[in-house]
Amino acid sequence: MINVFNSLLVMILALNLLALGSRSILSVIRIIAIQGILLGILPLILHEGLSIPQVVASLTAISMKGVVIPMVMIHAMKNIRIKREVEPIIGFVPSSILGAVITGSAFLLSNQITVSTGGYENMIIPAAITTILVGFIQLITRYKAISQVVGYLVLENGIYIFSLLLIEAIPLIVEMGMLLDLFVSIFIISIITNHINNAFSSLDTRRLTTLKE
Amino acid sequence: MVYFQVIIPIALALVALVVPSNRIRPWLIPITGVIHFCLTLWLLFNPEQCYVNSWLILDPVGKIILLNVSILYLVCSFYAAGYLQYRLENKNRIFVACFVAFIGIFTLVCWSYNLGVMWISIEATTLITAPLIYFNKSTQSIEATWKYLMVGSVGIALALLGTFFLAYSAIVGGTDASMDFYYLLKNGGTLNKGWLQAAFILLLIGYGTKMGLAPMHTWKPDAYGEAPGIVGAILSGGVTSGAFLAITRIWQICNVAGETAFTSKILMGIGLFSMLIASIFMMNQRDFKRMLAYSSVEHMGILIIGLSVGTTALFATFFHVIASTMTKGMLFLSSGNINRAYVSKNTRQVTGAIRRLPISGTLFLIGFLAITGTPPFAPFVSEFMILIKAFAAGHLVAGSLYILFMLVIFMGMGVTVLKVVYGKVPKDVVDTPYQDGILTAMPLVAFLVMILVLGIAMPASLTHLLNEAVSFMGKPI
Repeated sequence: MINVFNSLLVMILALNLLALGSRSILSVIRIIAIQGILLGILPLILHEGLSIPQVVASLTAISMKGVVIPMVMIHAMKNIRIKREVEPIIGFVPSSILGAVITGSAFLLSNQITVSTGGYENMIIPAAITTILVGFIQLITRYKAISQVVGYLVLENGIYIFSLLLIEAIPLIVEMGMLLDLFVSIFIISIITNHINNAFSSLDTRRLTTLKE
Repeated sequence: MVYFQVIIPIALALVALVVPSNRIRPWLIPITGVIHFCLTLWLLFNPEQCYVNSWLILDPVGKIILLNVSILYLVCSFYAAGYLQYRLENKNRIFVACFVAFIGIFTLVCWSYNLGVMWISIEATTLITAPLIYFNKSTQSIEATWKYLMVGSVGIALALLGTFFLAYSAIVGGTDASMDFYYLLKNGGTLNKGWLQAAFILLLIGYGTKMGLAPMHTWKPDAYGEAPGIVGAILSGGVTSGAFLAITRIWQICNVAGETAFTSKILMGIGLFSMLIASIFMMNQRDFKRMLAYSSVEHMGILIIGLSVGTTALFATFFHVIASTMTKGMLFLSSGNINRAYVSKNTRQVTGAIRRLPISGTLFLIGFLAITGTPPFAPFVSEFMILIKAFAAGHLVAGSLYILFMLVIFMGMGVTVLKVVYGKVPKDVVDTPYQDGILTAMPLVAFLVMILVLGIAMPASLTHLLNEAVSFMGKPI
């Protein structure tokens, strides 16, 4: 099982780099949707004896991260007639390389961290940290409001990977609450994104500069 | 009982969504406020009701925060009903629904003994307050809402990661992972130090963003500046004290784990930095609502300094939570009235408020005196007590800086406030019909009475409540 688990994690990390290098916002959203589906499968592999709450939590995560949230974002994009390009501060190739460097160093450094038991932890911790940092790169280096939302989603995905370490400690209702909060926040942010476009005729957050000292 | 406190506001919020009249709908807010306040009082007199299960417990610290916000909300709710009558041109369906639901969700913050539930409810208060900031629907308010949501969401995501680190530190330490606050307190000694310290920093950044501690305060001036004054009062007194409650929880766990020296240094640094940033940006501040936002940054810094000093200053710190909430309420509501009368929040247009609006203008001035620590108001007592305890604990440099920043802030804030309050009403000002009405002026007077009473003679029951919280926070489990 650990091989399947590890290869899924590697795919998730590869999707990170793919998302950093993609030019079109729509394809970035699709990449993140696939990442969300893979993430939802992970907890099912992690534990041999499947319980109903775990299956429910996984299915909800898959449908939220893989289907509902990407659809909300694509729907928000539909109403907006803009150049659907990502427009990063640093180019696509450099940011992919930066992502690869982060991935490599996270795995090297994770050997230094004390780990309680062998096995899954060795992969989960560096994968989580990498994904969180990739989310930050997208948040910081992208101008378009919707690309920043994607960055926030990747950040949340990284935190979700870390939560795999604590699968017994997180009750079902808490996990559901977290997914619900994530959905509502993306929903509200998408609405605001639409208003930004209507008011500023652009999704470029560089235009949001009226409020400053 | 907790279920009633949470479900009744949410049910009333649903009612608000279906009530068709813009004029009647706002009255749901005072109804919610009164019901919530009565339930809170009932809880204080029936302590046996404060335990529901291991997830939902109202401990003494939670009681103070709940009482504090319940009073703030009660007073503000009448103001909100009055305010919305002046703004009938704007649809208030979403505003009223979110405003009503807010207090229900906030109640959950005070009750939650599971750090996961606490995170969910604090995140939910962020989301439910975002449409409130957007009420004016101007380009500036879109910008403010966007920053509030993005900065707040990323910050709160880090708090979630911190919560997970905390739970994981229990696994590394050799016990079961848990997000149960009581369990973590009991097993504090066994938690892994490295993961615990990392968790503390992430939680401080995350919930500190919600509190508006510098340098995570960037959303605050924009949000408070563009939102209606009533929303500023709820955000600066309500949302921030919920985040402060979360920080006291992690502080307590770190104390039990023997990390007091580590947390104390970081808290002191971030508290003083918040005061520094506030004092810099309050100088020459022409926008009086942004000025209030920086004042809020300052007072969050003072709370964090109080926490850093430790057990001896806890009484003063919790008292300051209440004192600053009530004074901020008065300042935000009066600034809202002034803003309404002048259709501007810039001191270039707004002068002579004391002539234009005698009640709001006077209370704005008194609020400024109170919040900067002038006797005999409540913030004077709490700010002075924190200072004395800081010196007594040996923080000589920090204590001196605290005095210096207070002084600079007094002068900086004073310049702006005096410009607003005194002088002549400019001739070319937009002529608005707004005058202080009962609903928009009496809440200010209620706040004034409260900070006066608390400053001169604190009720014995409140002293008892504060002492309970201090002994709860200080005692070893």
